[in-house]
Amino acid sequence: MPIPPETGATGVATAVATGAATLTPSLAVEAEGLVRAFGGKRAVDGVSLTLAEGDCLALFGPNGAGKTTLLRLLGGLLKPTKGTTRLHGVPLPGPAETRRLVGLISHHSMLYPALSVRENVRFAAECQGVLEADEATTAVLGRLRVLDRANQPVRFLSRGLQQRVSIARALVHGPRLVLLDEPYTGLDEVGALAFTDALRELKAGGATLVLVTHNLVEGIALATRAVIMRGGRFVYDEHTPHGGFDLPEFQARYRALVHEGLA
Amino acid sequence: MSGGVSSRGQSATNAGHAAPAFLADALRIARKDLLIEFRTRSAFMAATVFAVLSVVIFRFTWDPTAIPAFDLAPGVLWVIFTFSGLLGLNRSFGLELSERAYDGLLASQVSRESIFVGKVLANLAFVAGVQALTLPAVALFFDLHVGAAWGVLIGIVLCASLGLAAVGTLFAAIASNTRLAELLLPMMTLPFFVPLVIPAAQTSAYILRGQPLEDAMPWFKLLVAFDLVFVTACIVVFPYTIEE
Repeated sequence: MPIPPETGATGVATAVATGAATLTPSLAVEAEGLVRAFGGKRAVDGVSLTLAEGDCLALFGPNGAGKTTLLRLLGGLLKPTKGTTRLHGVPLPGPAETRRLVGLISHHSMLYPALSVRENVRFAAECQGVLEADEATTAVLGRLRVLDRANQPVRFLSRGLQQRVSIARALVHGPRLVLLDEPYTGLDEVGALAFTDALRELKAGGATLVLVTHNLVEGIALATRAVIMRGGRFVYDEHTPHGGFDLPEFQARYRALVHEGLA
Repeated sequence: MSGGVSSRGQSATNAGHAAPAFLADALRIARKDLLIEFRTRSAFMAATVFAVLSVVIFRFTWDPTAIPAFDLAPGVLWVIFTFSGLLGLNRSFGLELSERAYDGLLASQVSRESIFVGKVLANLAFVAGVQALTLPAVALFFDLHVGAAWGVLIGIVLCASLGLAAVGTLFAAIASNTRLAELLLPMMTLPFFVPLVIPAAQTSAYILRGQPLEDAMPWFKLLVAFDLVFVTACIVVFPYTIEE
């Protein structure tokens, strides 16, 4: 059920799946005709989209719909079989420095349990070429309210705290595009709320978010654009330029589309 | 939330800065791996216990009246070095995959080649640590009088270890993406260790017999040649092993 192009939250026209997008350098993400096949099976099948700064794209769909593959393609972490992705006008895979535009957060903490909080975040900062890694580490840990745990090994932290450190690790170099792959997995309610707050703050700061989640409530709460994927394609695409989504309606549509696909 | 300005993009375009950045990244990764191993000591303890037990077992199954020590010791040394090194190689990428920290590393500006060289340096330090304990143990248990040739022997051991670490790291990266990593790693790695272990054992034998390095030069040159080929080939091939 592809819907026609609409105006995104920031007033920038946002193209819809499989349509030809007009490449505009000011856009955060521009993807055209993305295809990624694994052993002949297309995990992502001809997806095109554009995202402006401050947009939050929430990708929903059943397991195997191609959400994570699309996420990785948009961040240049995976090479497409066909199609192109541009990040702030730079085609991917570009030079190494374009990778500093991307921050990656997943349900895995991507931390080294034997290292302390500070050591983990500083290592990430240094790997991203941050000039004053110590100062940047202190600043980001303070902002995410884990500075008091800075010298504690990560393995002693609760799941919620580890996830906050994981966010700090992903944001220490100031990425413009943040990719989130099932970030709510394993978080309790309090942790999930705190995490959503952190993402809201990030979005308000102008970062573009791409969020893959099975949690419709949490995903919709942040999204300016909600997409349901099935079989590597967008089967539903809705924008909320100003207001929020109608959650019950979206849930009903999701169930109908996903069940229809699985039947 | 930017914590500073990256200079790597600019320096990457400048050949004069690219090489230090490459080495700095490799050293940072090696330091991180060694720090984790120092904190956990899991693989090092396992490798050390294996090495010491092997020396003891070889010692008590050895009949000094049948085989001279300097004929048996090179084989003992290289069997122990080869298998104790394998114990550390699995750990090399295992620590990256437990919480998928590897994804963060691959998504950073660090080049694939730097990641590989960093891992090789960490594995080389790991192997050298085990060897630092094994060499004196073998000398002691087999009553070897190496004398002034210690330096040469250590040089030969490190030279061969570099090649073993490079080959082992490459195959550890490949095996880490499989469910049977611990089984696959020795099966894939050992055949490629042979061209390094044979000249290393032969060169060591000359030194332990008290002969000068000049006599062992053909074997030593072969060892250096395989080192160069394997290290270069592994650096070139490594980026392809992590493509999905």
